Amino acid sequence: MIRSEVLRDIAPVISDQLVVCNIGLPSQELHMIDDQPSNFYMLGTMGLSSSIGLGLAMAQGQKVISIDGDGSVLTNFGTLPTIANNAADNFILLIIDNGSYGSTGDQPTYAGKKTSLTEVAKACGCETVIECAAEDTAETLRAALASDKMTIIVSKCESGNIKVPVIQMDPVVIRDRFMKEVERRNAS
Amino acid sequence: MAVEDQILDGLLANNIEFVTTVPCKQLAGVIDKVENCPDIHHVPANKEDEGMGLCAGAFMGGKRPAIIMQNTAIGVTINTLVTLTQFYRMPLPMLISYRGELGEPVACQVEMAVHTKALLAQLHIPTYHFHHEDDVREFDAILKHTFMCNKPVAILTDAAFWKGY
Repeated sequence: MIRSEVLRDIAPVISDQLVVCNIGLPSQELHMIDDQPSNFYMLGTMGLSSSIGLGLAMAQGQKVISIDGDGSVLTNFGTLPTIANNAADNFILLIIDNGSYGSTGDQPTYAGKKTSLTEVAKACGCETVIECAAEDTAETLRAALASDKMTIIVSKCESGNIKVPVIQMDPVVIRDRFMKEVERRNAS
Repeated sequence: MAVEDQILDGLLANNIEFVTTVPCKQLAGVIDKVENCPDIHHVPANKEDEGMGLCAGAFMGGKRPAIIMQNTAIGVTINTLVTLTQFYRMPLPMLISYRGELGEPVACQVEMAVHTKALLAQLHIPTYHFHHEDDVREFDAILKHTFMCNKPVAILTDAAFWKGY
């Protein structure tokens, strides 16, 4: 399974959740597969999906899923200790780990070599870290949502991309639509 | 009233409930105040761009954020300021220690100080410079301005303002 197939698989699970989605192809794929006002698409800023998601989780009560990649977690490695030491039980970090920088031409990452993001997350102090096969991502995510515990999921999938259009929505429109949805869910 | 207390009062008066910090010696007093304030959620960050990501998330979750950091971080946060904070039009007050100004004992800090205002100007970030103790009186108005215009705004605070450190 490649990342776009994982996203297709988890779409029914995350469709009604607040989602912060990583820069590049992951956001473009999610936008194509299942665009929702509850999705915040990153159009830039490599590495910050987990930070934005954690900030959002700490600021309000709804569950938040950050979809991240192995390359972007490596870019913002400092995020893992911050997550561990500021545990928010409404936060799930889903790292789709294909061992490559997919959006830039599938150059290998160190996570696809010697470095285990699962072990790093544990070493940083994250208490619930689950590594799963790509095929089990939807089920693992479903269980994490039901657990009410901050969870880091490392989904090991294959490297590879599909052709997908860029997101043409204006960033302010993405942000405004998302904020209205966050506000609506917290009001009801 | 000490400037640290005036800064904390300004944050509270403007409903800033989420503050992320990367420490600097000059800012130690104000970071301490933030940490011990029950009305502010303080999240120390490992790097300033990470902190700006946390602030973006908090803002979208309905909390007014602020970041406290050193001017040396301007270099590592340019991409985040441009592609996240500015591109999505989010407000972000940045209380920045202006290291490398008069009274600075560490020569290397001057190397970044000479670029600080030029970089902020290049990024079209409204920039205010606190040099005299009384300059803190503008803090409240600067915060209101930040949340009025939905922009990152820089408040540079130099060694003279902090009366040495």
